[in-house]
Amino acid sequence: MKRPEPVQVVKSRRDSALAALVAAVPYIQFLGIRFDRRGDELTAWLPYSEMLIGNPTLPALHGGVTASFLEVTALIGLAWSSLWDDLEAGRIDPAGVAAGQVPPLPKTIDFTVDYLRAGLPRDCYARATVNRSGRRFASVQVEAWQDNRARPFALGSVHCLMPERAGDGAA
Amino acid sequence: MTDILTIARQFIQALPYSRALGMELTELGPGRATITMPWDARLVGDPATGVLHGGAISALMDTASGASVMSHPAAPTSTATLDLRIDYMRPATPGQSITARAECHHVTRSVAFVRVTACDDDTARPVAMGTGAFTLERAKGATP
Repeated sequence: MKRPEPVQVVKSRRDSALAALVAAVPYIQFLGIRFDRRGDELTAWLPYSEMLIGNPTLPALHGGVTASFLEVTALIGLAWSSLWDDLEAGRIDPAGVAAGQVPPLPKTIDFTVDYLRAGLPRDCYARATVNRSGRRFASVQVEAWQDNRARPFALGSVHCLMPERAGDGAA
Repeated sequence: MTDILTIARQFIQALPYSRALGMELTELGPGRATITMPWDARLVGDPATGVLHGGAISALMDTASGASVMSHPAAPTSTATLDLRIDYMRPATPGQSITARAECHHVTRSVAFVRVTACDDDTARPVAMGTGAFTLERAKGATP
Protein backbone atom coordinates (compact mmCIF):
# COMPACT_ATOMS: atom_id res chain seq x y z
CA MET A 1 0.00 0.00 0.00
CA LYS A 2 1.36 3.38 -1.09
CA ARG A 3 1.85 5.95 1.64
CA PRO A 4 -0.26 9.07 1.10
CA GLU A 5 1.67 12.14 -0.02
CA PRO A 6 2.60 14.70 2.66
CA VAL A 7 -0.14 17.32 2.97
CA GLN A 8 2.21 20.19 2.05
CA VAL A 9 3.01 18.54 -1.28
CA VAL A 10 -0.69 18.08 -2.09
CA LYS A 11 -1.58 21.64 -1.04
CA SER A 12 1.29 23.21 -2.92
CA ARG A 13 0.40 21.32 -6.12
CA ARG A 14 -3.24 22.45 -5.93
CA ASP A 15 -2.45 26.03 -4.93
CA SER A 16 0.14 26.45 -7.70
CA ALA A 17 -2.31 25.11 -10.29
CA LEU A 18 -5.05 27.50 -9.13
CA ALA A 19 -2.65 30.44 -9.03
CA ALA A 20 -1.48 29.70 -12.59
CA LEU A 21 -5.09 29.42 -13.84
CA VAL A 22 -6.01 32.80 -12.33
CA ALA A 23 -2.75 34.56 -13.28
CA ALA A 24 -3.33 33.70 -16.94
CA VAL A 25 -6.27 36.15 -17.24
CA PRO A 26 -5.29 39.86 -17.35
CA TYR A 27 -8.88 41.06 -16.68
CA ILE A 28 -8.93 39.16 -13.34
CA GLN A 29 -5.80 41.07 -12.28
CA PHE A 30 -7.35 44.35 -13.51
CA LEU A 31 -10.38 43.87 -11.24
CA GLY A 32 -8.22 42.50 -8.40
CA ILE A 33 -10.21 39.28 -7.91
CA ARG A 34 -8.60 36.60 -5.74
CA PHE A 35 -9.59 33.02 -5.00
CA ASP A 36 -9.66 31.27 -1.66
CA ARG A 37 -9.46 27.46 -1.84
CA ARG A 38 -10.68 24.92 0.70
CA GLY A 39 -10.24 21.46 -0.79
CA ASP A 40 -11.87 21.71 -4.21
CA GLU A 41 -14.21 24.53 -3.13
CA LEU A 42 -13.40 28.02 -4.35
CA THR A 43 -14.60 31.35 -3.01
CA ALA A 44 -13.92 34.37 -5.19
CA TRP A 45 -13.07 37.56 -3.35
CA LEU A 46 -13.21 41.06 -4.83
CA PRO A 47 -11.56 43.53 -2.43
CA TYR A 48 -13.23 46.95 -2.61
CA SER A 49 -11.52 49.75 -4.47
CA GLU A 50 -12.81 53.15 -5.56
CA MET A 51 -12.39 52.23 -9.23
CA LEU A 52 -15.27 49.72 -8.91
CA ILE A 53 -17.94 52.37 -8.27
CA GLY A 54 -20.65 52.98 -10.90
CA ASN A 55 -22.96 55.30 -9.01
CA PRO A 56 -20.94 57.87 -7.05
CA THR A 57 -24.01 59.46 -5.39
CA LEU A 58 -25.29 56.34 -3.56
CA PRO A 59 -22.46 55.11 -3.78
CA ALA A 60 -22.88 51.68 -5.40
CA LEU A 61 -20.69 49.27 -7.34
CA HIS A 62 -20.89 49.47 -11.14
CA GLY A 63 -23.31 46.90 -12.57
CA GLY A 64 -20.55 45.90 -14.95
CA VAL A 65 -18.26 45.12 -12.02
CA THR A 66 -20.91 42.84 -10.54
CA ALA A 67 -21.46 41.16 -13.93
CA SER A 68 -17.72 40.74 -14.47
CA PHE A 69 -17.19 39.34 -10.97
CA LEU A 70 -19.96 36.75 -11.51
CA GLU A 71 -18.69 35.78 -14.95
CA VAL A 72 -15.08 35.42 -13.79
CA THR A 73 -16.19 33.33 -10.80
CA ALA A 74 -18.28 31.06 -13.05
CA LEU A 75 -15.52 30.53 -15.66
CA ILE A 76 -12.74 29.95 -13.14
CA GLY A 77 -15.04 27.70 -11.08
CA LEU A 78 -15.81 25.61 -14.14
CA ALA A 79 -12.20 25.49 -15.38
CA TRP A 80 -10.99 24.66 -11.88
CA SER A 81 -13.39 21.73 -11.48
CA SER A 82 -12.08 20.07 -14.65
CA LEU A 83 -8.46 20.98 -13.88
CA TRP A 84 -8.91 19.49 -10.39
CA ASP A 85 -10.16 16.21 -11.87
CA ASP A 86 -7.23 16.07 -14.31
CA LEU A 87 -4.69 16.87 -11.59
CA GLU A 88 -6.05 14.37 -9.10
CA ALA A 89 -6.24 11.63 -11.74
CA GLY A 90 -2.67 12.40 -12.87
CA ARG A 91 -3.84 13.16 -16.44
CA ILE A 92 -2.03 16.49 -16.49
CA ASP A 93 1.52 17.46 -15.48
CA PRO A 94 1.34 19.61 -12.31
CA ALA A 95 4.76 21.19 -12.96
CA GLY A 96 3.66 22.30 -16.43
CA VAL A 97 0.44 23.79 -15.07
CA ALA A 98 2.32 25.64 -12.32
CA ALA A 99 4.68 27.00 -14.99
CA GLY A 100 1.69 28.52 -16.79
CA GLN A 101 0.69 25.78 -19.25
CA VAL A 102 -2.95 25.99 -18.20
CA PRO A 103 -5.78 24.53 -20.24
CA PRO A 104 -7.81 27.14 -22.19
CA LEU A 105 -10.80 28.60 -20.33
CA PRO A 106 -14.34 27.68 -21.33
CA LYS A 107 -16.07 30.30 -23.53
CA THR A 108 -19.22 32.09 -22.47
CA ILE A 109 -22.20 31.40 -24.76
CA ASP A 110 -24.68 33.46 -22.78
CA PHE A 111 -24.82 35.07 -19.42
CA THR A 112 -27.74 36.30 -17.29
CA VAL A 113 -27.35 38.53 -14.27
CA ASP A 114 -30.03 39.13 -11.70
CA TYR A 115 -29.34 42.26 -9.67
CA LEU A 116 -31.05 41.74 -6.32
CA ARG A 117 -29.81 44.82 -4.51
CA ALA A 118 -27.23 47.56 -4.97
CA GLY A 119 -23.62 46.52 -4.47
CA LEU A 120 -22.28 48.41 -1.46
CA PRO A 121 -18.81 49.98 -1.46
CA ARG A 122 -17.17 47.04 0.28
CA ASP A 123 -15.68 43.60 -0.46
CA CYS A 124 -17.67 41.02 -2.48
CA TYR A 125 -17.56 37.25 -2.38
CA ALA A 126 -18.94 34.68 -4.82
CA ARG A 127 -19.22 30.97 -5.34
CA ALA A 128 -20.06 29.06 -8.49
CA THR A 129 -22.01 25.80 -8.75
CA VAL A 130 -21.44 23.68 -11.83
CA ASN A 131 -24.88 22.21 -12.50
CA ARG A 132 -23.86 20.36 -15.60
CA SER A 133 -20.49 19.94 -17.24
CA GLY A 134 -20.57 17.86 -20.40
CA ARG A 135 -17.95 17.29 -23.08
CA ARG A 136 -19.08 20.35 -25.09
CA PHE A 137 -21.46 22.41 -22.95
CA ALA A 138 -21.71 23.41 -19.32
CA SER A 139 -24.24 25.25 -17.18
CA VAL A 140 -23.00 27.17 -14.15
CA GLN A 141 -24.82 29.18 -11.50
CA VAL A 142 -23.09 31.77 -9.41
CA GLU A 143 -24.06 33.72 -6.33
CA ALA A 144 -22.40 36.86 -4.96
CA TRP A 145 -22.77 38.38 -1.52
CA GLN A 146 -21.17 41.04 0.63
CA ASP A 147 -21.51 41.13 4.42
CA ASN A 148 -24.11 38.44 4.75
CA ARG A 149 -23.87 35.05 3.03
CA ALA A 150 -27.65 34.53 3.29
CA ARG A 151 -28.38 37.84 1.49
CA PRO A 152 -26.88 37.59 -2.00
CA PHE A 153 -26.78 40.87 -3.95
CA ALA A 154 -26.50 39.30 -7.39
CA LEU A 155 -27.08 35.95 -9.08
CA GLY A 156 -25.72 34.77 -12.37
CA SER A 157 -26.36 31.94 -14.78
CA VAL A 158 -23.78 31.11 -17.43
CA HIS A 159 -23.79 28.67 -20.34
CA CYS A 160 -20.34 27.76 -21.61
CA LEU A 161 -18.66 26.05 -24.50
CA MET A 162 -16.00 23.71 -23.15
CA PRO A 163 -12.49 23.83 -24.63
CA GLU A 164 -11.52 20.83 -26.72
CA ARG A 165 -9.64 18.36 -24.58
CA ALA A 166 -6.62 16.33 -25.56
CA GLY A 167 -7.78 12.98 -26.85
CA ASP A 168 -11.10 14.26 -28.17
CA GLY A 169 -11.77 12.76 -31.57
CA ALA A 170 -12.78 14.95 -34.52
CA ALA A 171 -16.10 13.10 -34.64
CA MET B 1 -28.44 68.75 -28.36
CA THR B 2 -24.68 69.32 -28.18
CA ASP B 3 -25.10 70.50 -24.60
CA ILE B 4 -27.01 67.39 -23.61
CA LEU B 5 -24.32 65.23 -25.21
CA THR B 6 -21.60 67.12 -23.34
CA ILE B 7 -23.45 66.76 -20.02
CA ALA B 8 -24.09 63.05 -20.66
CA ARG B 9 -20.42 62.55 -21.60
CA GLN B 10 -19.32 64.15 -18.37
CA PHE B 11 -21.84 62.00 -16.49
CA ILE B 12 -20.35 58.78 -17.93
CA GLN B 13 -16.83 60.10 -17.24
CA ALA B 14 -17.83 60.65 -13.61
CA LEU B 15 -18.56 56.94 -13.11
CA PRO B 16 -15.24 55.56 -11.81
CA TYR B 17 -15.51 52.11 -13.41
CA SER B 18 -16.65 53.49 -16.78
CA ARG B 19 -13.69 55.87 -16.70
CA ALA B 20 -11.33 53.01 -15.75
CA LEU B 21 -12.49 51.13 -18.84
CA GLY B 22 -12.06 54.20 -21.05
CA MET B 23 -15.73 54.38 -22.05
CA GLU B 24 -16.80 57.32 -24.17
CA LEU B 25 -20.34 58.33 -25.05
CA THR B 26 -20.49 59.11 -28.76
CA GLU B 27 -24.21 59.43 -29.48
CA LEU B 28 -27.32 60.19 -27.50
CA GLY B 29 -30.94 60.35 -28.65
CA PRO B 30 -34.37 59.85 -27.13
CA GLY B 31 -34.06 56.42 -25.46
CA ARG B 32 -30.85 55.70 -27.37
CA ALA B 33 -27.17 55.75 -26.39
CA THR B 34 -23.93 54.68 -28.05
CA ILE B 35 -20.77 54.14 -25.99
CA THR B 36 -17.32 53.10 -27.21
CA MET B 37 -14.58 51.34 -25.26
CA PRO B 38 -11.02 51.03 -26.63
CA TRP B 39 -9.20 47.71 -26.72
CA ASP B 40 -6.85 47.52 -23.73
CA ALA B 41 -4.36 44.76 -22.84
CA ARG B 42 -5.52 44.89 -19.20
CA LEU B 43 -9.08 43.89 -20.21
CA VAL B 44 -8.03 40.76 -22.07
CA GLY B 45 -9.62 37.44 -21.08
CA ASP B 46 -7.46 35.14 -23.18
CA PRO B 47 -3.81 36.28 -23.45
CA ALA B 48 -3.10 33.64 -26.13
CA THR B 49 -5.40 35.49 -28.55
CA GLY B 50 -5.75 38.98 -27.03
CA VAL B 51 -9.55 38.69 -27.02
CA LEU B 52 -11.30 40.99 -24.52
CA HIS B 53 -12.93 39.38 -21.49
CA GLY B 54 -16.71 39.03 -21.70
CA GLY B 55 -16.99 40.84 -18.38
CA ALA B 56 -15.53 44.05 -19.83
CA ILE B 57 -18.02 43.88 -22.71
CA SER B 58 -20.86 43.24 -20.24
CA ALA B 59 -19.79 46.35 -18.31
CA LEU B 60 -19.89 48.40 -21.52
CA MET B 61 -23.32 47.03 -22.50
CA ASP B 62 -24.70 47.67 -19.01
CA THR B 63 -23.47 51.28 -19.10
CA ALA B 64 -24.91 51.94 -22.58
CA SER B 65 -28.22 50.38 -21.51
CA GLY B 66 -28.43 52.55 -18.39
CA ALA B 67 -27.64 55.65 -20.49
CA SER B 68 -30.42 54.79 -22.97
CA VAL B 69 -32.90 54.59 -20.06
CA MET B 70 -31.74 57.95 -18.68
CA SER B 71 -32.16 59.58 -22.10
CA HIS B 72 -35.71 58.26 -22.54
CA PRO B 73 -38.36 61.00 -22.97
CA ALA B 74 -40.01 59.77 -19.72
CA ALA B 75 -37.10 61.69 -18.10
CA PRO B 76 -36.24 59.32 -15.26
CA THR B 77 -34.33 60.73 -12.30
CA SER B 78 -32.32 57.53 -11.85
CA THR B 79 -32.14 53.91 -12.97
CA ALA B 80 -30.61 50.62 -11.87
CA THR B 81 -30.21 47.28 -13.65
CA LEU B 82 -32.77 44.65 -12.63
CA ASP B 83 -31.50 41.98 -14.97
CA LEU B 84 -29.37 41.70 -18.06
CA ARG B 85 -28.94 38.77 -20.42
CA ILE B 86 -26.10 38.79 -22.91
CA ASP B 87 -25.47 36.38 -25.80
CA TYR B 88 -21.85 36.25 -26.93
CA MET B 89 -21.89 35.46 -30.63
CA ARG B 90 -18.20 35.64 -31.41
CA PRO B 91 -14.89 36.77 -29.87
CA ALA B 92 -14.15 40.50 -30.25
CA THR B 93 -11.30 41.13 -32.70
CA PRO B 94 -8.12 41.97 -30.73
CA GLY B 95 -6.95 45.56 -31.08
CA GLN B 96 -10.35 46.93 -32.12
CA SER B 97 -12.54 49.11 -29.93
CA ILE B 98 -16.03 47.92 -28.99
CA THR B 99 -19.13 50.02 -29.53
CA ALA B 100 -22.37 49.29 -27.67
CA ARG B 101 -25.63 50.70 -29.04
CA ALA B 102 -28.54 50.55 -26.63
CA GLU B 103 -32.19 51.29 -27.19
CA CYS B 104 -34.73 51.72 -24.43
CA HIS B 105 -37.71 50.53 -26.47
CA HIS B 106 -40.43 50.50 -23.83
CA VAL B 107 -41.09 51.95 -20.40
CA THR B 108 -43.82 51.41 -17.84
CA ARG B 109 -44.42 53.49 -14.72
CA SER B 110 -41.44 51.90 -12.97
CA VAL B 111 -39.63 49.60 -15.42
CA ALA B 112 -37.61 50.23 -18.59
CA PHE B 113 -36.87 47.58 -21.23
CA VAL B 114 -33.66 47.74 -23.24
CA ARG B 115 -32.06 46.05 -26.25
CA VAL B 116 -28.31 46.42 -26.70
CA THR B 117 -25.79 45.33 -29.34
CA ALA B 118 -21.98 45.33 -29.13
CA CYS B 119 -19.84 45.47 -32.28
CA ASP B 120 -16.19 45.81 -33.22
CA ASP B 121 -15.12 47.23 -36.61
CA ASP B 122 -17.19 44.61 -38.44
CA THR B 123 -20.60 46.11 -37.68
CA ALA B 124 -22.43 43.53 -39.80
CA ARG B 125 -21.58 40.77 -37.30
CA PRO B 126 -22.26 41.81 -33.68
CA VAL B 127 -19.94 40.49 -30.98
CA ALA B 128 -22.73 40.33 -28.40
CA MET B 129 -26.41 41.17 -28.00
CA GLY B 130 -28.33 41.73 -24.83
CA THR B 131 -31.72 42.47 -23.34
CA GLY B 132 -32.28 44.04 -19.98
CA ALA B 133 -34.89 45.31 -17.57
CA PHE B 134 -34.08 48.43 -15.57
CA THR B 135 -35.77 50.25 -12.72
CA LEU B 136 -37.14 53.66 -13.62
CA GLU B 137 -37.36 56.33 -10.94
CA ARG B 138 -39.57 59.26 -11.91
CA ALA B 139 -39.53 62.72 -10.43
CA LYS B 140 -42.12 63.09 -7.66
CA GLY B 141 -45.39 64.42 -9.02
CA ALA B 142 -44.49 63.60 -12.63
CA THR B 143 -47.38 62.24 -14.67
CA PRO B 144 -46.61 58.76 -16.01
